[in-house]
Amino acid sequence: MGRLQLGLTLSALMLLAGGASAADVKLVYVGEISGSIAVSGGNFRDGIILAVEEINARGGILKEKIALSQLDTQTNPGVARSQMQKAIDGDPYVVLGPIFSGNVKATMQMLQQAEIPHLIGGEAGELTALGDRYLFRTSFGQQIGMPKIANYIRDELKAKTVALIWVNNDFGKGGRDNLIKQLAERNIKLVADVSTESGQVDFAADVVKLKAANADAVFIYSNEEECARIMREARKQGLKGPFVGDTTLLSQKTIELAGDAANGVQGHVGLTADAPIPAVTEFTAKFQKRFNYKPDHNGIKGYTAVYAVKYVTEKKLGKFDRKAFAAAMHGLTIAPADEPAILIETTWDDVGEIDRISFLAEVVGGQQKITKVLPKLGK
Amino acid sequence: MADILQLLLAGLATGAIYALVAIGFTLLWQTSQTINFAQGEFVMLPAFFVLIGMSYFGMSFWPAVAVGAVVSVVVLGFLFKRLIVDPVIRHGVLPLVIATIGLAIFFKEAVREFYGADAQPFPPVVAAIDVTVFGVALAVQSLVVLAISIVAVAALQLFLNHTLTGRCMQASAQNPTVARLLGIPVERMILYTFLINAALVTLASILITPIYLAKFTNGEWLGLYAFIAAIVGGFNQVRGALVGGLLLGVIDNFAAAYLSSQYRMAIPLLILIVVILVRPQGLLGRVEERTV
Repeated sequence: MGRLQLGLTLSALMLLAGGASAADVKLVYVGEISGSIAVSGGNFRDGIILAVEEINARGGILKEKIALSQLDTQTNPGVARSQMQKAIDGDPYVVLGPIFSGNVKATMQMLQQAEIPHLIGGEAGELTALGDRYLFRTSFGQQIGMPKIANYIRDELKAKTVALIWVNNDFGKGGRDNLIKQLAERNIKLVADVSTESGQVDFAADVVKLKAANADAVFIYSNEEECARIMREARKQGLKGPFVGDTTLLSQKTIELAGDAANGVQGHVGLTADAPIPAVTEFTAKFQKRFNYKPDHNGIKGYTAVYAVKYVTEKKLGKFDRKAFAAAMHGLTIAPADEPAILIETTWDDVGEIDRISFLAEVVGGQQKITKVLPKLGK
Repeated sequence: MADILQLLLAGLATGAIYALVAIGFTLLWQTSQTINFAQGEFVMLPAFFVLIGMSYFGMSFWPAVAVGAVVSVVVLGFLFKRLIVDPVIRHGVLPLVIATIGLAIFFKEAVREFYGADAQPFPPVVAAIDVTVFGVALAVQSLVVLAISIVAVAALQLFLNHTLTGRCMQASAQNPTVARLLGIPVERMILYTFLINAALVTLASILITPIYLAKFTNGEWLGLYAFIAAIVGGFNQVRGALVGGLLLGVIDNFAAAYLSSQYRMAIPLLILIVVILVRPQGLLGRVEERTV
């Protein structure tokens, strides 16, 4: 082979090897960029991108720039597994995502076996009960949120009967099971239990069933798009509320898609861009300026996840060590005084479950309005 | 009683959309032996043309709809025929089927890539208010969707049966060779069919997207339901497509409400199987025989 050909070949090989230099720290986002959970996955991804850009602008983590790659699970567990394998083959420091609980369940064992820490967006209750020492949440599991909302239904709404509509996936099933347990403990009767499909567009029949139940309150637990469609159909058919939910029902995307139909819905939100906290307000403004839309709680999850990685690596370890990272995360509390970009004081327990303050909220005039701040469960 | 009326109206409104889309299937099959498996994506796209007109070119809703409709008819009618159907159909029906499947994937991924994966709100054609009929609050949106669909189908039937062009189109569909001998410009009649199909899917898109939101995946389920409606009603009869669509919409809703919402996707497929086994030409279709 001539020198020119050799040079061209080597140059091509270097280009093909990608932009990451040997000194970069690799983070991989494996999440729902398309499919039925694309709303959540896109927010989470953009939160990550914002954090990575900020950190890299200040020199990176331990003077190494973050090389972020993104892999799309298409909200499909089969695709998620192949994408996760691709991620693992790239030898990342930490994996961020998935958000869809079904995809988390499908891939967590792979990451556990590879001993790679993963900060997930999934909220299904069982995820932290499966013994994965490398898994950490970025938002409450359902077993944390549901008792809070059940108390709200009992104490504030004074409802004796509830009609429930939920999405039939790991996220929805987990929430349904948790909620039923919490309602039973508070002597609140479940008078309708309507399951729907992920990606469903027509809810006429389901709303008819909810109407027939004639409950004191209607609990809606689905993904953002489906929540919006349910609310539109509910208003169309004159279904009487109050309409209650947890996080997704009151998210920014749901409000945007449902329009006026979202006004009046109430519920518990673990994280929200409308939290009355200056750091969160500042984050929301930065996010909106960067991406031209208002983030929902998933944007905050992605953002704070990257800063948690930065804090643990720089302040607790002083080195890149995946096993030590996972060990350091258990029992860790990061306060805004220690790392301002964590936004709200956050604690991880021994199984990767997260604890923060949370909020009760209502949608008024197309905006999420916080009505109460709820304390952390632990100290 | 109120619930039954509610379900019936919602089912008829949804079924009317299936009918509009299914009629396109039957028209294309009758005139050009084209089975268009991108028909669902054809319904998905016009809404995005309107959204592009509003968000990127700053148009208000109705001008964007007008421009979107013109673009849809050109792209989904004229260009689809000239660039996809004409070159491929001479190789047979099966290559064209595969080409339309590829086209469906292309449209879907193009919207996802260049517009976004998120669902988008779409302005309603009429305000989201209710009217009370026999003591039941019914959505005006659903009534309007049903009324417009019925008027569109009636207008199409009038056009096909009572205008010279319409009768030429029917002649071209029944026997293109004899139609040519009689001086009918068969190729132009086939083009008109594609343009009418594009107009029908555009109408369906404008009616249904405010209710179901604009999303790149909308075509998947809509195309499937419309195809089933066309087969159930009769693939070679426009009236059959209408009946099939309305029937499917109503049965789907009642089955989800009173049988099982978990198995609602299976109901249309079961109906399809039963019709194919018992009456393969469809409820209103004609038996067709072909020489091999």
